[in-house]
Amino acid sequence: MAYVALADRGQVLSHPHSFITKYIYSQDHKVIAIQYFLTSIAVGVVALILSAMMRLQLGFPDTFSLIDPSQYYQFVTMHGMIMVIYLLTALFLGGFGNYLIPLMVGARDMVFPYMNMLSYWVYLLSVIILMASFFVTGGPTGAGWTLYPPQSIMFGTPGAENGIVLMLLSLAVFIVAFTMGGLNYVTTVLQARTRGMTLMRMPLSVWGIFTATILGLLAFPALLVSAIMLLLDRLLGTSFFMPAMVSMGSQTDYDGGSPVLFQHLFWFFGHPEVYIVALPAFGIVSDLLSVHARKNIFGYRMMVWAIVVIGALSFVVWAHHMYVSGMNPYFGFFFATTTLIIAVPTAIKVYNWVLTLWRGNIHLTVPMLFAIGFIFTFIHGGLTGIFLGNVVVDLPLSDTYFVVAHFHMVMGVSPILVVFGALYHWYPKITGKMWNATLGKWHFWLTFLGTYSIYLPMHYLGFLGVPRRYYSFEGIEFIPESAYALNAGITMSALFVAVVQLIFFYNMIVSLFKGKPAGPNPWNATTLEWQTPNTPPIHGNWGPELPTVYRWAYAYSVPGADKDFTAQNEPPNEQDVANPT
Amino acid sequence: MITIILFIFVAVGVSFWWLWRQKIFSKPWTTEGAEIDLRDDIGNIGSSAKTALFVFLAVVSSMFSLFISAYFMRMELNDWRPLNEPALLWFNTLLLVLGSLSIQWCSRAAAKSDLTIIKYTLLATGFFTGSFIFGQLVAWQQLVDAGYYLQSNPANAFFYLFTGLHGIHLLGGLIVWLRTTIRAFAGSDVEQVRLSVELCRTYWHFLLAVWIVLFGLFLST
Repeated sequence: MAYVALADRGQVLSHPHSFITKYIYSQDHKVIAIQYFLTSIAVGVVALILSAMMRLQLGFPDTFSLIDPSQYYQFVTMHGMIMVIYLLTALFLGGFGNYLIPLMVGARDMVFPYMNMLSYWVYLLSVIILMASFFVTGGPTGAGWTLYPPQSIMFGTPGAENGIVLMLLSLAVFIVAFTMGGLNYVTTVLQARTRGMTLMRMPLSVWGIFTATILGLLAFPALLVSAIMLLLDRLLGTSFFMPAMVSMGSQTDYDGGSPVLFQHLFWFFGHPEVYIVALPAFGIVSDLLSVHARKNIFGYRMMVWAIVVIGALSFVVWAHHMYVSGMNPYFGFFFATTTLIIAVPTAIKVYNWVLTLWRGNIHLTVPMLFAIGFIFTFIHGGLTGIFLGNVVVDLPLSDTYFVVAHFHMVMGVSPILVVFGALYHWYPKITGKMWNATLGKWHFWLTFLGTYSIYLPMHYLGFLGVPRRYYSFEGIEFIPESAYALNAGITMSALFVAVVQLIFFYNMIVSLFKGKPAGPNPWNATTLEWQTPNTPPIHGNWGPELPTVYRWAYAYSVPGADKDFTAQNEPPNEQDVANPT
Repeated sequence: MITIILFIFVAVGVSFWWLWRQKIFSKPWTTEGAEIDLRDDIGNIGSSAKTALFVFLAVVSSMFSLFISAYFMRMELNDWRPLNEPALLWFNTLLLVLGSLSIQWCSRAAAKSDLTIIKYTLLATGFFTGSFIFGQLVAWQQLVDAGYYLQSNPANAFFYLFTGLHGIHLLGGLIVWLRTTIRAFAGSDVEQVRLSVELCRTYWHFLLAVWIVLFGLFLST
């Protein structure tokens, strides 16, 4: 077994040779990242199929006898929980966090590689527990992804027998996995940056992932706390959340608990969770725009501060998810105010993205298309968020499809567009191969226009008052015929978009074998991950010496420079030092 | 939710203070060269482990702050019957304080690379901590014998929940303690033992502080 001594760490990295130690029990952050990518995408496909089933029922009610009301609720619940936690959180932090942090800050690996590996395996365990709930008596829980008690653990709700227990267990296990990974990401950023990589020279991707990880570390305990207490209520008969109630004609043993307490705890996690997903997307999209517009990011410092301020504010807005819970109206006033304040740093980011494009040398590559698409969908979802952040507007809209459209636009479509953009952007580094650009452009346009045709009409359904969470609208008189037609159309778009994703998988898999070699730096990017001696990078990432960083991450089109980008680790020549730009 | 809000304010305050010191107001596009990086501990495994422990303690603090928030909110509802804490808890607290003191002594010895004292104080730490956990179990038994069951009142449920979670965290600490002790007795590198001892010391003091907060909470309500 070969060892490379790390002068800067006083430790050794092992270079395993057998297939199992190289790809399965690997401690290499890049392999772990790929494991996270593949697992989370696989579980995301399951959630995508579940959403297609839901849409079939909504678009063509009474046509598909295989979907009954219980199953509909189970699909809703599992779709939501998988997409938010097991796909997006795991993909952005476990996937991109693992792959990008060490490469971008110039480290050989995460600071604690063994714990990093353990993090993936525990994550996989949580996914297996979650998937197991499809196969137990009663099926998975159908409590809605927010799992509100009392209904989530009362008999009568689908999956109240075993599904809810497995769901809560799986969440607890996921949080353990995330904590192990998160400690690694934070410590690596804090301690393993290479010489010259000051915090303010880090690419915004790292800033986004770093801040999101800190949010996750502080917010996931709230989910753990609520999951533990709900489990105790369900299994041991405590009454933390469960009020005295009559169920199926008989008095339950529960007494005096507070369902609203659960909502507070859940949303204390739930709102930061939005930014746990959004901040990495913000960071990554900033880098994509800058690289493909050949221009430094507009207002780098402001972008960093905005990420940090959004992160801090995200902890004091949670109750805007609870305007209809019957809480004190003055609370609502407070939380509406903080919610609108958080729009300020967010708007700064949006302006800076647009200003980065302004007079840039825009290359409409596939990653760039996805990044620009993100700006559209994010502005769209952000604006409807300002509607819903106000108590008086939220009350009538809160139980309608307007909310579904809003959060899918801002938390579904937008981050997923960034995920695609980022996968296209870094695929050449991960695999060493280039994908087919024509297929990539088809994938973008069909996905972008397709998702718009799903969610734009949903806003109108919301204005009409079409309630969300309903299996069927039979007998609701105020819903006009046209709403049914619209629902059928939305379903067609949804199925279309789901099928279109096959283009992406085809492109990625075929390019892996038949793609042209991409070269070390196909985008002429400045950041360190493109400057590795090998592509794909080997375990240890760098040659005998770690790179030294001389400048920030956005030296694009610097006036007077001989090429339109200067890598972060390119030593400055005498002239540049005399006249820094 | 006041408790967790206060905790978040502290966490945000510490983060902002730290970022301030990291020259977050510098203009990175104006300077070239690697000299502006003044860190001298890049990739040092000792400072990495301490940083990770510090972040982990923030995570655990967040969790306990949330539990305490939940405790206060649940307490306001009218079915709450305060629990009479067993007097044994005072004795247990003393045991945990002794555990903390011995690990403190141990880390002083580690600073002087005095392996003999390291070994004795490590054993003492393990003994006191193990006795504390045993004492907590006895306290549970006393409560059950007196009819204070988990299901009968939220105050009881919170008591079992908090003491149980605190105990689990101590057990996790004991695993690290065991590895450290084996290392110390195997006579491995003093540098390495010293790092482990320092990490254990921080963790033990932290868990003592958590216990004092929880015990104070039980006594005052």
